Amino acid sequence: MPTNESLADLSNSLLLWAIVVYALAMTCYAIEYAFGAQGAVAAVVRRPDTRTVRQSALVGAGGDDAVPGDVESGSAADPESQPRDESSVGWIGVLRRAAIAATVLGALCQVGSLIARGAAADRVPWGNMYEFICVVCLVGVVSWLVACVTRRQLRHLGVFVLLPVVLLLGLAGTVLYADAAPLVPALNSVWLRIHVSAAAISSGIFLFGFVCGVLYLIRHGYDTRTSNARISSGARPLSFPFTLGPRLPAADSLERLTFRVHALAFPLWTFAVIAGAIWAEAAWTRYWGWDPKETWAFISWVVYAAYLHARATSGWRGKRAVYIVLLGWATMMVNLFVINLVQTGLHSYAGVS
Amino acid sequence: MLRAMTFQARRLWGQLVSMRTALVLLFLLAMAAVPGATFPQRDISPADVAAYYDAHPTLAPILDRFWAFDVFGSPWFAAIYLLLFVSLTGCLISRVRVHLLPLITGPPAAPARLSKLPLHATVGPVTRSPAELADTVRSTLRGVRWRRIRQVTEPSGSITLSAERGQLRELGNLVFHFALLVVLIGVAVGGLWGWKGGAVIVEDSQFCNTVQSYDQFERGQLVADSAITPFCLSMSDFRAQFLPNGQPVRYEADVRYEADKSDDDSGARTTEPRTPYTLEVNRPLRMDGAGVFLINHGYAPILRYTDRYGTVFESPTPFLPKDNGLSSDGVVVLPDANQDPDGQDRAPNVQVAFEGVYVPTAPPLPPYVRSEYPTRRNEGITLLGYQGDTGLDSGIPRSVYSLDQQRVAAGDLDLVGSAFLRPGETWKLDDGSQVTFVGTKQWMSVEVSHDPGRLTALGGAAAMVLGLLVSLFTRRRRLFVRCGVGGAGIGTTIELAGLTRADSEAFAAEFSRIVNAVREVTSQQPDFEDFPNPSISSKS
Ligand code: HEM
Repeated sequence: MPTNESLADLSNSLLLWAIVVYALAMTCYAIEYAFGAQGAVAAVVRRPDTRTVRQSALVGAGGDDAVPGDVESGSAADPESQPRDESSVGWIGVLRRAAIAATVLGALCQVGSLIARGAAADRVPWGNMYEFICVVCLVGVVSWLVACVTRRQLRHLGVFVLLPVVLLLGLAGTVLYADAAPLVPALNSVWLRIHVSAAAISSGIFLFGFVCGVLYLIRHGYDTRTSNARISSGARPLSFPFTLGPRLPAADSLERLTFRVHALAFPLWTFAVIAGAIWAEAAWTRYWGWDPKETWAFISWVVYAAYLHARATSGWRGKRAVYIVLLGWATMMVNLFVINLVQTGLHSYAGVS
Repeated sequence: MLRAMTFQARRLWGQLVSMRTALVLLFLLAMAAVPGATFPQRDISPADVAAYYDAHPTLAPILDRFWAFDVFGSPWFAAIYLLLFVSLTGCLISRVRVHLLPLITGPPAAPARLSKLPLHATVGPVTRSPAELADTVRSTLRGVRWRRIRQVTEPSGSITLSAERGQLRELGNLVFHFALLVVLIGVAVGGLWGWKGGAVIVEDSQFCNTVQSYDQFERGQLVADSAITPFCLSMSDFRAQFLPNGQPVRYEADVRYEADKSDDDSGARTTEPRTPYTLEVNRPLRMDGAGVFLINHGYAPILRYTDRYGTVFESPTPFLPKDNGLSSDGVVVLPDANQDPDGQDRAPNVQVAFEGVYVPTAPPLPPYVRSEYPTRRNEGITLLGYQGDTGLDSGIPRSVYSLDQQRVAAGDLDLVGSAFLRPGETWKLDDGSQVTFVGTKQWMSVEVSHDPGRLTALGGAAAMVLGLLVSLFTRRRRLFVRCGVGGAGIGTTIELAGLTRADSEAFAAEFSRIVNAVREVTSQQPDFEDFPNPSISSKS
């Protein structure tokens, strides 16, 4: 079963195109983020207003957001009379639509790249680390797009999702690249396919959840900083990540989104680990052997379980719980990079030479 | 005194089973696993542990004292997970009481002041009796699948309804946590009653399942020899497929097996086991009480050695592959060579050993030590011959794939020459003996294992996922309705209130739909208090 070279080449150039298109989308998002009507200056001046606007958008989108303070002060009096989304008009609106279109196009390029790759090697296209990362990135982008469908307030945030995606894809396409080839016998199993696809999909969703968590922390930091500044009236200048705060959705809504995304990814990750154990039992006689890769999967699982717990523990919900999300993603990254590249275990299928 | 003690014990127990403790223990567990993935572990790769000792001679013993090389068998790791599971069991017991009983008894009666709840709306007044309205509302609720409804008539004549949905959430959560225990039980059963062994089987030979026939064997504390299932297994052909670049794509072994058969069944080795099977990676042979797994494969060169008295020794010796081209190292030790068949005493220092490098595809030019391809396209073997005392009858167990270099250095073994042989070629040694490279057979290594806790753990794991899904994707919510007699006989007012723990927005939308439906069936304009306002957050 030789690999089909022209298909493999097609796959590679499609990936390149995906990266280029994502980078373009990122540029559009970044410009729009910096100069959009809800830009930093505007938001500070007209903060109550923008809040109302944001809320109205949310009501239209099924009401995922809630700002109790606004309700009590009665500023949400008549949401429907506010413009739905002022920044979607004018050149900024064009830019945003272009950015979203480019993101979709990039994702389609990635899909094409994976299909070509699978066809080239005549197998599922997630057999080594390079392909795995491609799938994770694709899932990350797609989960963001899906979340955008019902949540308008996310649509101008593409740059935050695409940044890690482009970095990971660039790394995968250069350092970790491996030629299309059939699988080694140990990887040739139905359960492996199920295991790796579940792992890749849940990792992609975790990636998106991680981005949500970071955005929440930025917004939360911005909120506390600005309210502290108000209290002490000694206006402390905001430092870098928090200057991004004013254009982010309300902290509450980001926190809830972070949880939802993880609530989706966690059972899938649990299933991925179990499918891996079933496959390990068939291939190596034991379903669990504390191989470094297995151990780190376990660590990630426990950390994410701790996050779900923390969110239900009084005094932990909010900032503290979301820090656990960052920790969880860090363990996922350790598992992906450190374990695949530095340590050798039974899972040394990275295919990187 | 005793009371103080029980009080202390109670308090300790209360702390142990709290969520916060579980959180801390979960973190500890995650952290405790890190060294297990950082340092080499003895039960996975003892060789790496030895290498670590060589590389860090002072640090390694200190680490070892803290079980850094046996993390997952260490007392401190066990302490953490046992505490976690005691805590889990404790909280399960109390949570079964708190969450499972309401599942059976249904939702509680409506609270006195519905306006205190996070979502609240009023419809009416309506000129109908409370009982009539309660019936209407009830069927409306049933229509939108709120089926668990409890009706109470209050002394004032008002009728309240309490309805509940998503109560499976708590059940799912309990199932998940309980399933964790089941998985642990499965693991423990496997550890105590399971066994596994590794063996090498050469083509055309037979392996019978006894503890003695394994190269290595591990067993749980409660495994008796008699618990090891008797069966025999023979291998007639091994096939490996490779890509042109040498990457393997498929391994298959034709085997025959027979259960309830053993070596000492009156010359069992002469009869072949009955049932054929093709053993593959990822396709183990599963029998009652044991599974046979294909782990590795390689070549076993056959050397025919004719010693100076004309005694012939011939057998295949498995060599250990060391690279992708399957260049393989091994030694053939002949402790009984060169003994005069008619002599009385054993002659010392006449033992023979060959150290060899076998290459299935020799390169066109010497040195012939690195194979170019993993199949036998141009095979050959480089032999180093040794004579003297191999130490093999001295009873010290030692790797069979390499020669004891200390003996060579100490002069117990003398290098007598070297040669490269292709199949059929013979090397005549100076002492009149000779060695012929007859050819090769293939070998496979298998792991045979028995894990009685496997299916328990699998069942627990499946229940875990199911419980998780139910728990994370159902929203538990309650709805209360009071059909109350309005002031001064105006009519009946319908008060609705909703309560949920998570995801209050989606529930607010659902609540508004229900209020609208109630309004419609009672055909009165609603008089909202603070509805529709989806921004009210829950007071969870
Ligand atoms: C030791 C005592 C434990 C207690 C008291 C406890 C308690 C709880 C509670 C009350 C919830 C529900 C949170 C909510 O309603 O949102 C929960 C959820 C959860 N727990 Fe635990 N737990 C314990 C141990 C564990 C352990 C050992 C794990 C796994 C490593 C774990 C994993 C989870 C997960 C993943 C969830 C979220 C999913 C769900 O709601 O079912 N828990 N736990």
